[in-house]
Amino acid sequence: MSAAVLAIDGLVEKLHWSTVLIVLLKVLIVFVVGLVVTMFMVWFERKIIAGMQNRVGPNKAGPFGLLQTLADGIKLFFKEDLLPDRADRVVFRLAPFLAFVPAFLVWSVIPLGGDFTHGKDGVIKIFGERTLVQLADPPIGVLLLLALSSIAVYGIMLAGWSSGSKYPLLGSVRASAQMVSYEAALGLSIASVLLISGTLSTHGIVGGQSGFTNWHVIATGFVPFAIFMIAATAELNRPPFDLVEAEQELVGGFNTEYSSLRFALFFLAEFMNTVTMSGVIVTLFFGGPQPLTIDIGNVEWNGDLHLGPFNGTVWFIAKVLVFLYVYVWLRGTLPRLRYDQLMNLGWKVLIPISLGWFLLLAALRLANDNDWNRYVVAGVSIAVLGLCASLLMAAVRVSAKNREREGAMF
Amino acid sequence: MGYFEGFLVVAKQHRLFGGKRLTKNYSGGRVAKKNVAKGGEADPHGDDEKAPKPERLHGRHVLNRYEDGMEKCIGCELCAGVCPAKCIYVRGADNDPDAPTSPGERFGFVYEINYLRCIHCDLCVEACPTEAITESKLFEFSFTNRQDAIYTKAELLVGDDGKPQQLPWEDWRAGEDLNTSGWMRATSPSGDAEFEGIPGWSGELGYGVRTPEPSQDVRDQKGDK
Repeated sequence: MSAAVLAIDGLVEKLHWSTVLIVLLKVLIVFVVGLVVTMFMVWFERKIIAGMQNRVGPNKAGPFGLLQTLADGIKLFFKEDLLPDRADRVVFRLAPFLAFVPAFLVWSVIPLGGDFTHGKDGVIKIFGERTLVQLADPPIGVLLLLALSSIAVYGIMLAGWSSGSKYPLLGSVRASAQMVSYEAALGLSIASVLLISGTLSTHGIVGGQSGFTNWHVIATGFVPFAIFMIAATAELNRPPFDLVEAEQELVGGFNTEYSSLRFALFFLAEFMNTVTMSGVIVTLFFGGPQPLTIDIGNVEWNGDLHLGPFNGTVWFIAKVLVFLYVYVWLRGTLPRLRYDQLMNLGWKVLIPISLGWFLLLAALRLANDNDWNRYVVAGVSIAVLGLCASLLMAAVRVSAKNREREGAMF
Repeated sequence: MGYFEGFLVVAKQHRLFGGKRLTKNYSGGRVAKKNVAKGGEADPHGDDEKAPKPERLHGRHVLNRYEDGMEKCIGCELCAGVCPAKCIYVRGADNDPDAPTSPGERFGFVYEINYLRCIHCDLCVEACPTEAITESKLFEFSFTNRQDAIYTKAELLVGDDGKPQQLPWEDWRAGEDLNTSGWMRATSPSGDAEFEGIPGWSGELGYGVRTPEPSQDVRDQKGDK
């Protein structure tokens, strides 16, 4: 039985003790690093948001308060594990794991390092075996990402439903509606990336982005990135889209009835999702471990930080950090959206724009392949899309007017 | 672009970009306790500072005594009756005629406040007919068990020097034990503005009759908030 059959790592040919060891090592590293990174993400978020609000933030446990999350975790671990009388016992116990496991699994398909510059394939050698700096490289990598983020909805939905309490139920109803609506925009903006890269494998997507102008954020024309960023924030239930946990309305949202380790799992999953989503954004739009190469006039820099094999990893971490900061920044700045605003933004703005942009990119691609006049194609496409947009807007306006006449709230 | 200006406003609050830090680096008494246990000052380096507090802050209660050392509490239970959180438990008893505890007929025999319940509303202070119970400015006390949370009469009563007792889990700093009746002295007798600045309270052990808070126009001139 070869390792390829196990779908562990396509590059590993024979099942040898060193291949098993490499896979185990990778699993261990991804697991431990995932947990530690999440721990520091909580600290990072609290510290940055404290800075934005003129406060000090955690500063007592460990140097600069770095161990605050550990202290909180230990506290949660020793708390009483409550099970509400009216809860559905099996589902109530299952839900935290349904939220936590997908959050972790996303790590397995994200390329965490390796040298991808000048068309190199990012392969490194450990124990004489050629392998990738990512746990698994399934040919359907991006679909796996989407599937996992869909499964995470179940964790939240079932948690609220099984609690046997009204606020968690309301929170989970909001969560499932919100996450399902934004998944459409998320998927459509990913489609633009796939159109450019021509592959579903995350490794292939990163490999195609050598050089700044090939980064998909540029190559797809920024709009898919902006939509992905907004939809991902909604998908993560982070502010300003955190209606799921709107404290003023829903106590704690879906996790109100949870305590102790089960609550810790939800908490961990939430922050881990933030980190992994930043990783996904970097992988899809910013070239993952690809260095930022500068080539303007006389200034030329190939992005080599003189770190040898860790060059790609450092670049990856640096890019992820930027997005983590942006997420905290969003949280520190924007007030929460109203529910109808949230749905309007998702269905009437993000989905049409991402769909239209995808069609535009597809038309340009077709023109490129068939040697048609690119400007004529672009002009015609924009005219058609503009017509569609105005029709859509007219339809929305008419239906809004009709509902107003009927006396509906929104 | 008003919507996006908010991002800049928020980012500028970082100390790196000249934002000011409004809160202090206070540890909640942990560092101070360690320093005192080593035999030094509570805060030698100035990095464990408490934020300044307003004069009338509602903190931990004290039970006052008259200048001759007699207890002010007469065990009337008005404080317990008015308490919205039901955190005060008082039982009165008759004074021994030969060695009275308080000047009145009765005295507070049992006096307990449960600080897990107390909301520091100061209604007990307003209800007290003899100014027996007032609040100090201390609120930095964190206990680790429920027994410590229930303060008994022995813990609440001021010492022989008229100062509140400093319990092991409380973080008192120099000068904080002086102002134990700030809110009481701020109210003029019978709430009438004409009596502003006139003492309407009895003397306290160790301090005598305390001076009233400056009247409103004086405070306005000084620019106090």
